[in-house]
Amino acid sequence: MKKENLEQNQVEEVLQMSGVSRRHFLALSGGLAVAGIFATMSSCKKDKDPQVMPDGTIDLGSGDIGILNYAYALEQLEAAFYTRVAESSFSSGFSASEQALLTDIRDHEIAHREFFKAALAGNAIPALEVNFDAIDFGSRTSVLNAARTFEDLGVQAYNGAGQLITTGDYLVLAGKIVSVEARHAAYIRDLITPNSFGSADIIDSNGMDMHKMPSEVLAAAAGFLKSKISGNNLPTS
Amino acid sequence: MNFASILKMMSEQDSEFFEKTSQRRSLLKDFGKKIALTAVPFALGSLFTKAYGQNGRGSARSTDSILEVLNFALTLEYLERDFYKQALDNNAGMPFIPAAQLAGIQSIYQHEAAHVSFLVAAIQGAGGTPVSGLTFDFTAGGAFPGATSSYNMFLAVAQTFEDTGVRAYKGRAGELMGDNAVLTAALNIHSVEARHASHIRMVRKNNTGDPLVAGNPKPWITGNASNVGTTAVQASYNGEEITQQAGVNIAGFVSGDAASESFDEPLTKDQVLAIVDPFIN
Repeated sequence: MKKENLEQNQVEEVLQMSGVSRRHFLALSGGLAVAGIFATMSSCKKDKDPQVMPDGTIDLGSGDIGILNYAYALEQLEAAFYTRVAESSFSSGFSASEQALLTDIRDHEIAHREFFKAALAGNAIPALEVNFDAIDFGSRTSVLNAARTFEDLGVQAYNGAGQLITTGDYLVLAGKIVSVEARHAAYIRDLITPNSFGSADIIDSNGMDMHKMPSEVLAAAAGFLKSKISGNNLPTS
Repeated sequence: MNFASILKMMSEQDSEFFEKTSQRRSLLKDFGKKIALTAVPFALGSLFTKAYGQNGRGSARSTDSILEVLNFALTLEYLERDFYKQALDNNAGMPFIPAAQLAGIQSIYQHEAAHVSFLVAAIQGAGGTPVSGLTFDFTAGGAFPGATSSYNMFLAVAQTFEDTGVRAYKGRAGELMGDNAVLTAALNIHSVEARHASHIRMVRKNNTGDPLVAGNPKPWITGNASNVGTTAVQASYNGEEITQQAGVNIAGFVSGDAASESFDEPLTKDQVLAIVDPFIN
């Protein structure tokens, strides 16, 4: 009993120091449990909200919202790609089993895209316009090479973004998604070259995937986008 | 870990904590803001790391909690490394892995061995003591006979280890927030475990006539199906069937199967320890 009282006193001490009354704190935490983690996001106005700038460039915004919009942008790109694959290239040398799994991947990317869109709500960037001129959707090789690029880039992007996220729940969500991207990447790579799911061009001598920061990822993605994206307000550390 | 127990742990292990934080007005302001925005344990964990990480006097405390996660990861990596090592050694004596699949298994073994080396060095570098002296029974007391000598069972156990590893790293990544280098290393290992899982799952899918394959394995996890014809591995898959994420109904966008496949779910430390315990002597 005495120990519990001590703990309670310490809770109140921390709360007092942080300028939150205990009652207010309880109200807040109770509300969060009911409303879910994204419900508070619209009230989370940081310095730089996501916006479309006068020249049409889409700024992803700052803070965690910016990182979530960054992920949303990448998922839009992937979903658009696999949607095109499913529409146009299943006549070009994919077996029934491969078609089924590529359709699964399409659905996963759509799920990710729609998740971020719903979760970001009013803070979401607009739909992006893609540019797939460099991809020959009638060619198995071209499609698989593009898929490999998107999947490995996605893994590296999420791995690099982890340290930029300040909210634990968002880190877990990113973790839930990145391992699925890694499953995609391994499958696609094995289709291109058997047993290349983790070859030395993408896995380092520590047996680790590589990670990329947003500036590098956005530069790589820009070639597949008509829309211009700016990550200038994203956190960098 | 809940709010009260974190506080309790801090007060027991370092009575200076509150004094320290009270000297950090700007940090506390940030803390207040975070309480309003996020789940409380994460906010406190973050404050906790910052309070100690920025102060030489208290750095040992935050290092301790990170070392504990790293030793947990090392335990899993030893399990995986020794599993593949034993299988490859057995295969050298009496081949059971088809030649076409050998390079893939060797590649996974090399990654796991590299993870072990990295984690040992990281733990030692932080002044900690890596777990050592672990020995394993990959049959888990006879539940998985031939785990390192019979191809079908080997694949079934390999898949379970890899899928469990993915969930284990995911479950503890949040505890590494605030230490960017360690968090990023853990994430970079986590996705490699997922690559392994994907590969092994496809090998099983294409392993014609494998009596241990149940249903239709894919590179990703559908519902909570293990696709292994024994309930002994089910604990590694329970909870994967979720189709709601952060209050968003994913099954409203795609099929229920795709909704569950598109997000991998974490396991808690205790869940992982219960799963691997039967394999540890």
